[in-house]
Amino acid sequence: MSLLVDVEMKLGDFSLAARFDSPGPVTAIFGASGSGKTSLVNVIAGLRRPERGQVLLNGEALLDTARHIDLPPHRRRIGYVFQDARLFPHLTVSANLAYGEWFTPRAARYALRPQILDLLGIGHLLARRPRDLSGGEKQRVAIGRALLASPRLLLMDEPLASLDAARKAEIMPYLERLRDEIRIPIVYVSHSVNEVMRLASTIAVMEGGRLKAFGPASDIAQRLDLVPEEERDEAGVILDMTVKQHDPATGLTELASAAGRFFVPGTIAPGGATARVRIRARDVMLAAEEPRHISALNIVPGIVAEVLAAGPHAVTVRLDCNGEAVIARITRHSAGQLGLRPGTRAFAIIKAVSVAGPAARARP
Amino acid sequence: MSWFSLTADEWEAVRLSLRVATVAMLASLPFAVAIAWLLARRDFWGKSLVNGLVHLPLVLPPVVTGYLLLLGFGTRGPLGSFLAEFGIVFAFRWTGAALACAIMGFPLMVRAIRLSIEAVDMRLEQASATLGANAVWVFLTVTLPLTLPGIIAGMILCFAKAMGEFGATITFVSNIPGETQTLPSAIYTLTQVPGGDAGALRLTAISVVISLGALMVSEYLARRAGQRIAA
Repeated sequence: MSLLVDVEMKLGDFSLAARFDSPGPVTAIFGASGSGKTSLVNVIAGLRRPERGQVLLNGEALLDTARHIDLPPHRRRIGYVFQDARLFPHLTVSANLAYGEWFTPRAARYALRPQILDLLGIGHLLARRPRDLSGGEKQRVAIGRALLASPRLLLMDEPLASLDAARKAEIMPYLERLRDEIRIPIVYVSHSVNEVMRLASTIAVMEGGRLKAFGPASDIAQRLDLVPEEERDEAGVILDMTVKQHDPATGLTELASAAGRFFVPGTIAPGGATARVRIRARDVMLAAEEPRHISALNIVPGIVAEVLAAGPHAVTVRLDCNGEAVIARITRHSAGQLGLRPGTRAFAIIKAVSVAGPAARARP
Repeated sequence: MSWFSLTADEWEAVRLSLRVATVAMLASLPFAVAIAWLLARRDFWGKSLVNGLVHLPLVLPPVVTGYLLLLGFGTRGPLGSFLAEFGIVFAFRWTGAALACAIMGFPLMVRAIRLSIEAVDMRLEQASATLGANAVWVFLTVTLPLTLPGIIAGMILCFAKAMGEFGATITFVSNIPGETQTLPSAIYTLTQVPGGDAGALRLTAISVVISLGALMVSEYLARRAGQRIAA
């Protein structure tokens, strides 16, 4: 999949100018509110027309102002999941789901209703009306409605933003299944580091209507300067690891990466599979010497690459562990005590239970 | 003659009024929906002029509207003589009464439907477009069903206005028993002749009953439609 977006537009005092070419499959557009994320996806969907711009999906022009091409939204076949579900209030859940399906030519349909119902867990809601659904259920039906139109690309604009923490946690696994099982290219808009890091393979960071950074998720995750102040707690790295084996006796799964061996609790995936593991900076301790007799299972040696201030009393330390990055958030005091400077050796200590956290998908 | 039984002429006036009002309401409905949608959802050159023309019958004296209709659609009027070639005659026919009533009720109907279209969340229409619906389908499957309570209200307002229309009707198509003598004309005529009081009272009572009934039916329909679309 390839998605090229090149947009220049004015919205009152605000101007938006961004260009990126994403290999997908999940492209996250990340940024604070007001950074132009929604305008950007509205251009992709065809709901907004920029003064100048180009949107190419797998080489096909959906918009090209230079060539006077501007497909209307209904002919783009791009699914759109809005922040506020936008289910049709006069239709049942079943009719809402059938809506997009009905407008899709038979030959272009790939989404299977039973599969989508099962994937999103909405089979029991069919006879209900949107007003009788909870926020999380509404959002799942909205995702199903968009998918059943068999779109070529799925846009999701802050689909979890209007939900409380419990509902977010309820939907997140469905989004991960969507990414892994339907294999549809997704553009995911969010201001949440956690959501973006869990889902994205490519990240575009927006700030004040400009593209501040763009690249593979694992690269962007290391850029300490990109994480907004209030989300610093969610900063961390993404490591793609290979599943080695699961030991039923201890209940631990062994993962291998360039940085070293990792142990996480639970079964993650069969041996040989790739698992994405997110290690949050706040879950990492640092030691100047290799610690012994310690409960933490994961101890990774590395070289300090960068020490950055993170607020008045803390610093963020990026460790180069044989080519992979691990980020630790520790107090300024500890960093001074250990004498951490770029070039010094250090050991990252990560508790297995925190590695298993949200990113490793522990399936029974 | 008993107090409660209608004379043949009176009965004829009731039937005629119902027919005129129903035809006026139904015939103007498609135009009202189209104009209301244009005014609510589109910006075009001359929009305020269209809006003004639609509302004109509301502010003009009904007699003036009736006279303008007579000038335009009378047997010698430009539109009247043109349509007469196709066998469509409005002057001094019940169809003329229906036309006058439709014109008089039109602003009320357009207003109710326009407000109701403006209340439809345009973000739902956007969602519909991203799911593959073109403008016509968006209108038919999202805008129209969500506008239903407003359409019902507009129809009833138009019907009620048509039942009570007097000035424009009598100016345009006169007051011919059995052809153009609607309820209000009949009541007016009865009040002008000695001994007509009883008949006028009977027709007045019928007017009240029909209007009240229409209002109740519309309330019921609008409530049911409203329940269906409540978010």
